[in-house]
Amino acid sequence: MIVIYLLIPLSIVIAVSFLAAFIWAVRSGQYEDTHTPSLRMLWEDRGPHEKTPPVAPATRPTRQYPDKE
Amino acid sequence: MRGPTLGIAASVPAPPSPAADVPCFHCGTLCRGAIFHNAEKAFCCQGCLTVFELLSENGLTDFYTLSEAAGVRVKVSAKPDQFKFLDEPAVHERLVDFSDARLTRVTFHISTIHCIACVWLLENLFRLKPGLGQSQVNFPRKEVALTFDPTQVKLSEVVTLLVSLGYEPELKLSSLESKPHNRTARRLWVQLALAGFAFGNIMLFSISSYLGLDMFAGPGFRKMTGLISFLLATPVVIYSALDYWRAAWTSLRQKLLNIDVPIAAGIAAIWVQSTYDVFSGRGEGYFDSLCGLIFFLLCGRMFQQKTYDRLAFDRDYKSFFPLSVTRKERRPPAGLDSITGAQRAGSETGTPIEKQVSLAQLQVGDRLIVRNGELISADAKLISGPALIDYSFVTGESEPVAKNEGDYLYAGGRQMGGAIEVETVKAVSQSYLTSLWNQDAFRKDRIETLNALTNKYSQRFTKLVFAISLGAGLFWAFANPALAVKSFTAVLIVACPCALALAAPFALGTAQRVLARRNVFLKNPYVLETLAKVDTVVFDKTGTLTAAGGGSVTWQGVRLAHTQNETLARQRLGVRQSSAAFDDPRHSKRQKTAAVQDLAAVRTLHQERDGLTEAEERWLYSMTRHSTHPLPVRIGEAITKQHFPEPVRSFLETPGQGMEGSVDGHEIWMGSAVWLESRGVVAGIQPAVEPGFQSGGTIVVSEARLLEPEATRSAQSNPGGRMPAATGSMVHVAIDGRYRGCFVLASAVRPETEQLVAGLSRNVEVSLLSGDNENDLQRFESLLGSEAALRFNQSPLDKLNFIKHRQQAGRTVMMVGDGLNDAGALKQSDVGMAVVENISAFSPASDVIIAAGMVTRTADVIRYAKQSVRIVRTAFWISAVYNAAGVAIAASGKLSPIVCAILMPLSSVTVVAFACGATAWLGRQTLRHGHVPAAASNREARP
Repeated sequence: MIVIYLLIPLSIVIAVSFLAAFIWAVRSGQYEDTHTPSLRMLWEDRGPHEKTPPVAPATRPTRQYPDKE
Repeated sequence: MRGPTLGIAASVPAPPSPAADVPCFHCGTLCRGAIFHNAEKAFCCQGCLTVFELLSENGLTDFYTLSEAAGVRVKVSAKPDQFKFLDEPAVHERLVDFSDARLTRVTFHISTIHCIACVWLLENLFRLKPGLGQSQVNFPRKEVALTFDPTQVKLSEVVTLLVSLGYEPELKLSSLESKPHNRTARRLWVQLALAGFAFGNIMLFSISSYLGLDMFAGPGFRKMTGLISFLLATPVVIYSALDYWRAAWTSLRQKLLNIDVPIAAGIAAIWVQSTYDVFSGRGEGYFDSLCGLIFFLLCGRMFQQKTYDRLAFDRDYKSFFPLSVTRKERRPPAGLDSITGAQRAGSETGTPIEKQVSLAQLQVGDRLIVRNGELISADAKLISGPALIDYSFVTGESEPVAKNEGDYLYAGGRQMGGAIEVETVKAVSQSYLTSLWNQDAFRKDRIETLNALTNKYSQRFTKLVFAISLGAGLFWAFANPALAVKSFTAVLIVACPCALALAAPFALGTAQRVLARRNVFLKNPYVLETLAKVDTVVFDKTGTLTAAGGGSVTWQGVRLAHTQNETLARQRLGVRQSSAAFDDPRHSKRQKTAAVQDLAAVRTLHQERDGLTEAEERWLYSMTRHSTHPLPVRIGEAITKQHFPEPVRSFLETPGQGMEGSVDGHEIWMGSAVWLESRGVVAGIQPAVEPGFQSGGTIVVSEARLLEPEATRSAQSNPGGRMPAATGSMVHVAIDGRYRGCFVLASAVRPETEQLVAGLSRNVEVSLLSGDNENDLQRFESLLGSEAALRFNQSPLDKLNFIKHRQQAGRTVMMVGDGLNDAGALKQSDVGMAVVENISAFSPASDVIIAAGMVTRTADVIRYAKQSVRIVRTAFWISAVYNAAGVAIAASGKLSPIVCAILMPLSSVTVVAFACGATAWLGRQTLRHGHVPAAASNREARP
């Protein structure tokens, strides 16, 4: 049963990583709008040769909402 | 709305009528004769055709496969320089979210976003113009966040592109203010996740010890789980419970005992006790209960934080006023200061330039051009007119007012008809309407009244809990000192008013959702508490009790047959009833009966019923399609749906007077009686005169005369009966220079008003305030009863003061209103209820936004609020029973972690289930359509 001392902390570490993933999802704004993505899913896929947005901001701008706090 | 483009459209030859009801391929509007063709597809207007061509050139025809006829009809074509002002640094900087040398990000609210194809098109916008980057649509909020390269595209060009596609962004004065950031919502998600995560994991470890399974794992196991629990629970206590610490601290500093104090005390007690237990090796503590408690509390908080993305409860005039105005300039632009005096003098006298400037730059003395449908942004003097101003938003007057040169125009009025030139007299913020926002009412902070119900209970509760815990601690200090501290903390733990704190959010939150399904939107759940206390209801008339533009349109025809010179002219009376508001066939029947009865008195008259002929109706319909004035538009909507417009030649509209044009070779004049008279046509039908003969042998039968007695009669003899609209505006018609009759457009009282007033006046005092004239005084007097306060010609400030006066008399006042003119009263009242015809339309700051159709059920809404509050009280009692049981165990010093772990969630779950279930059930009972709830359902909610 001594292995439980290894398994439990290990399970906690895995669980914490999921928690971290969730927190990341919230912080990156994925919970802001839960409706529109369900519409996007319905679009026809365009081929790989298709044009993609020229200026693609991969990361969200840091000053997204001017903070007034 | 029919745009001015129709003049062009009408000149295109129309195909035979069977094809005329083809829907536009782009927007789905019936083409009605004027059809544009491209690639075998029909389009209703040039604008739609242009969008289609633009999309097909850029390979975006997928737009049409995603959703059928998904396009937005392009109402206005952007003038080249219309949005130039957006590139001014002062405006640009405050409008964009983010900007650097390579990338600008801006968020627009676009109210025309309505379907999946819109989302697709807006997110593929970069295919239409080089320099545009990724765009992202938030559908529930109807927002699009656009990125673009400022070196390639200007902000004004982006907006112009959006406008040309039919997606006109909302550019109002309020867009300049910093956007509300939703940090709190995001933080709540993280707090909730953390608490839930810790709760689940700690419970997992605790179960083994509850069930005694940890005996297999050796003595170190319990120590390890205790340590892990401590490590998991501590961040929850610090971070997830942050808001409770803050709230408790604030309330202690204000020397108030609100619900947060015992919660914070309970959390602290559990954490200290458990930490002590774990580190002294006496047990694993109550960490599972602690995290569970915080998790449930945060769930309640999440539940009550429901917001309606589409709605804004805090709009003021800034959301109504445009961002820019058209200024007429003779002065040279500021950059040309270096030019010589002579040159400058030359430009002073030179041709004036029209320039779009932002409203912030507007100065007193500026000359502005106000076009059809545009708003006057500041109090101004009319320089060149004539103007026809729709003040309905400012004063509540339902009909547009004609103004002449030199007249004073108030800000907030909307110009109907041709372009006018005005000179501003006051600054935007100092104008008649906007100065309302300088009133005290707008500085009042409403927050303190929130959650009053829970806090009232928690006052007593907290004192009681502290007394018991101290008492238990003191008792055991003498009886068995080992138990003293434990029993003291145990009472605090068990009495932690989790269930109490959850009752109000869940019961009122459910009620909020139930109401939202019926198009009654509450700013927050606690509005219900105030709503339940309302004993005075004040109505605004226009748009609230009377349906805006929804009144009946009646045709009143006069046909002078070959016998014009005979003493008895043949008079044909047609009462054509449109069912814009009253789709009740009885109504028109009664009207006709009234007409017959009344005319019977004038025995000498020989009448026949006669309306317009098919052809005449079609001509008039074609005419109305060319105007944007509200009266012709209403006539056009009311006439018929079966006609297709015919080309109108030499159409001319004189704003505020009338319009003329030739259809099918017939000269049609439609307008005011005075205007027709100036053209030599005597309007045969005049308002409110006795039937009789007028000059030229024309028989006059007044519409008002016909209907008024009926209205009064029905009000006296049959108070429950419906009242036909009695007053209204008249549009006279002459065909080929001969008087033909007139349309009477009534402002209609909402059909169920009577029922509403009857329902309300049993319990509350009902008053009526109106900015309108006293035309309707009698009608409302009979409707509301003699004791009700009826005030007409009320300025926005008068309304505010009336409410204040009632409040000083100790009443809880609810104001029901719709326009900016009610903004002060809505803000001053305890509950401000804004009535909207369209949920996403503008509504002034208020606590409740209600769809116009639900206004008549205000009595039910109030009753439901009362029931919800009763449910909260009942839930308090349930939680009190649990607490009493828990406290009894705790005070005896026997509270074990497992009892705590069962009792706490159980009490919370019971209370939440009761609160949600009972509120939802009562909602169905009370708000069921047309159902008057039995008294039994009220009794049910009592403890």
